[in-house]
Amino acid sequence: MLDRREVTSKNIIDSVYQRIDAVEDRIKAYVTLTRDEATGMSHAADSRLAAGSHGMVTGIPIAIKDNLCTKGIRTTCSSKILSNFVPPYESSVTAALADQAYVLTGKTNLDEFAMGSSTENSGFHTTRNPWDIERIPGGSSGGSAAAVAAGECIAALGSDTGGSIRQPAALCGVVGMKPTYGRVSRYGLVAFASSLDQIGPITKNVRDSALLLNIISGRDRKDSTSAPVEVPDFTANLGQDIKGLRIGIPQEYLIDGMDPEVEAAIREAIKQLESLGAIPVEVSLPHSGYAVATYYLLATSEASSNLARYDGVKYGFRAEGKDLMEMYMKTRAQGFGPEVKRRIMLGTYALSSGYYDAYYKKAQQVRTLIKDDFEKAFQKVDLIVTPTTPTPAFKLGEKTDDPLQMYLADIFTISVNLAGAPGISVPCGFTTGNLPVGLQLIGRHFDEATVLKAAYAYEQSTPWHTRRPVL
Amino acid sequence: MRYEAVIGLEVHAQMMTQTKIFCGCSTTFGADPNTQTCPVCIGMPGVLPVLNSRALEFAVRTGLATGCSIANYSRFARKNYFYPDLPKGYQISQYEHPICLKGHIDITVDGETKRIGITRIHMEEDAGKNIHEGAGNYSFVDLNRTGVPLMEIVSEPDLRSPKDAAEYMKKLRAILRYLGVCDGNMDQGSLRCDANVSVRPVGQEEFGTRAEVKNINSFRFVEKAIEYEIRRQISVVEDGGKVVQETRLWDSAKGITESMRSKEEAHDYRYFPDPDLVPVIAEHAWIEEIRASLPELPDAKKQRFITDYGLPEHDAFLLTEERAIADWFEDAVRAGGQAKSVSNWMMGDLMRSLNDENRTISECALKPEQLAGMIRLIDNGTISGKIAKTVFDDMYQTGRDAETIVKEKGLVQISDISEIEKAVDDILAQSAKEIERYRAGDEKLLGFFVGRVMKTTKGKANPQMLNELLKKKLSS
Repeated sequence: MLDRREVTSKNIIDSVYQRIDAVEDRIKAYVTLTRDEATGMSHAADSRLAAGSHGMVTGIPIAIKDNLCTKGIRTTCSSKILSNFVPPYESSVTAALADQAYVLTGKTNLDEFAMGSSTENSGFHTTRNPWDIERIPGGSSGGSAAAVAAGECIAALGSDTGGSIRQPAALCGVVGMKPTYGRVSRYGLVAFASSLDQIGPITKNVRDSALLLNIISGRDRKDSTSAPVEVPDFTANLGQDIKGLRIGIPQEYLIDGMDPEVEAAIREAIKQLESLGAIPVEVSLPHSGYAVATYYLLATSEASSNLARYDGVKYGFRAEGKDLMEMYMKTRAQGFGPEVKRRIMLGTYALSSGYYDAYYKKAQQVRTLIKDDFEKAFQKVDLIVTPTTPTPAFKLGEKTDDPLQMYLADIFTISVNLAGAPGISVPCGFTTGNLPVGLQLIGRHFDEATVLKAAYAYEQSTPWHTRRPVL
Repeated sequence: MRYEAVIGLEVHAQMMTQTKIFCGCSTTFGADPNTQTCPVCIGMPGVLPVLNSRALEFAVRTGLATGCSIANYSRFARKNYFYPDLPKGYQISQYEHPICLKGHIDITVDGETKRIGITRIHMEEDAGKNIHEGAGNYSFVDLNRTGVPLMEIVSEPDLRSPKDAAEYMKKLRAILRYLGVCDGNMDQGSLRCDANVSVRPVGQEEFGTRAEVKNINSFRFVEKAIEYEIRRQISVVEDGGKVVQETRLWDSAKGITESMRSKEEAHDYRYFPDPDLVPVIAEHAWIEEIRASLPELPDAKKQRFITDYGLPEHDAFLLTEERAIADWFEDAVRAGGQAKSVSNWMMGDLMRSLNDENRTISECALKPEQLAGMIRLIDNGTISGKIAKTVFDDMYQTGRDAETIVKEKGLVQISDISEIEKAVDDILAQSAKEIERYRAGDEKLLGFFVGRVMKTTKGKANPQMLNELLKKKLSS
């Protein structure tokens, strides 16, 4: 419609903001709304459209997770310690969107520093699930997923360290993709665990994810870990059939404590893929049982170092102290929330002299085994299919007192980060309580194209992506 | 009991790259505080380091020049600790996988040459500076130096005396300067040295407990600080005490080392591989390319000066300590100066003048061809060696050619025998008494006659001709 000039970007952003005004009170997806910037950006987009020099996201309202730096716009990581931080630089992914004159709706809420699975760890407020506002939207990109599901933006970017895009996408009934590690530049993404973090799209459908991925992918000289791998057009294979595609079903993923309705939805989804011509193959990922423990050693170790820079000396929150040591201690004690502190302590411990070999090093070795599991499985199959989460969205406060239960919310997504593989979550049904269920498709390294092709084929053959929450 | 010291040095050398090790900021020394910074080197959220390939090349050059093997797989690691001048809360360094391993440097002390092992050379980023002056109850932080590339060069505990350590530092500095990777300036902090010192009774195999001496911030303190520390440890042991493992600070004003922190207070740096940087894979072909581009190093050059120019070892050593000096020497010889004469003039008058004025040879107005030109004038008898001193001083100050100076000041030597004879006759006619004494056996008076004649000829009489003529006339 924008292309045909039937509407302007200004029309679209106005309608999105009408929606925000109507529902944001209940959803609380955003930390910062950028209404003024959005108006300016929509005018710029309209000029581009008039000049015919537009791209795929010109004039499209997109929400950005608040751990992605936006020049001149407050970037908080939903943490008190960065509550006044305004970056003087732009993240590479938002710079790529800005090149095409996208429109920023605002910065979305997250678990503080992306540490959590419910946004309940946000230093500011908890985001609600648009399907049931008594429930969590998932996390850590809960704000982005809820904003997309509630129609408070057209699409969003999130970040995924252990499932932080896919899990909230599943719980909010939208599409969320974590690309291969190295596919998308991390420059400007406030680091949680550098060897696991990846930025990806959260969208209403698979095609939008492919479009956004086209724009944000590719080697970036500012990120040494971004891979010099060619970026195909991820929309090119959408619509192709998936006859003969071998899909692996890992037996280890049918775990105790899995919600029966989720399990049923997944079995149904596998049947659906089969009916589209895919061939189910049993595979084994034998080290899956160690994934959560491995993840919580490696991610916390890296985090303990990544978060050392928030010391009150240069920027962000500072508490007064009578000397340097007291200033450090008070700043960090008051500036970080309990989950962040828990993880910093865990990571500091795992890296300590005398414990390094038993924890960090051992975890690295197990990570290699988990990676090998996937490589072996991908010799037999083209994709691996699992539930995205073991349960649908849980109630607010249900797991806040039990971090271990909370950590298990990511049990199916964590291995994928450890392996560095690409994964997507697509809606695959609803529980009787009308809560969305997500299907996870995992691909070979840098083979997002096959993941997207299969996800699209599945999505287009089912009605789930067309359902919207009633708000 | 007699004791022996065991010393190992950890040297930090700032690399002379244009830009910092992980960002594009300038490395120029002395800019206004925090003007040479960017989001990367001041550790803002979400930014990432990207390795400066020039810094890697410099480290490899240094490794090759000191006989190290270059690791084809090396990694950066994070060294975690809190300090205001360390904006990320960790320093990016190398730990388990340094870029260079197992090399050596040869030093000569009291005529004996020893091989000192190099354990490793690794790359890391420098920290900033805390400034406490003029800040009232606060301290300021200057992050201009943050991210300046450093090499840490760690020696084996192969040094046995303060003199060994000083010679090692001198040799290392010479190599770094030859390679153009570090300016070697200890006073400005671009070369820093920490010393691990222990003592043991002569003949004992195992090492004593060591103390690490930090803050040795000038070349002349390398020997002094280590000397002090050895004396201190020996007296502790002789008094029946035990040396404790600790870090000590050299106080150059008091001339002593003082305890800074004990082993128990040592930081746990929680090193782990930096996930923001990919492993460094040094390709064999690239390493060989760098090897082929290495300059001739001090030891090789010294040998060649001895063989090619017939210089004594002492001359060759002094002339090759600095590449610019060695080049100057060779330019002068190439311009026709006789090698030993060039060496004598350089090590004498030239070095003295440069030292007096605290200048380097490249800042000198006098050019090598000009020294060669002056030496030619001496060799062909145009000027005497004595006159040459005057000519040299003029050349050094003004940068004019010797010939111009000689002509302008009328310094050409008088080698016309009849002219000298006339001057001799004039003096002898006034010196009847002295002639008598000379003839009576007081031959030392020859100098008196020479001096008188030189005075009337303004020093220009050919000394050899004058001497012969005087002797002949006085004895007849």
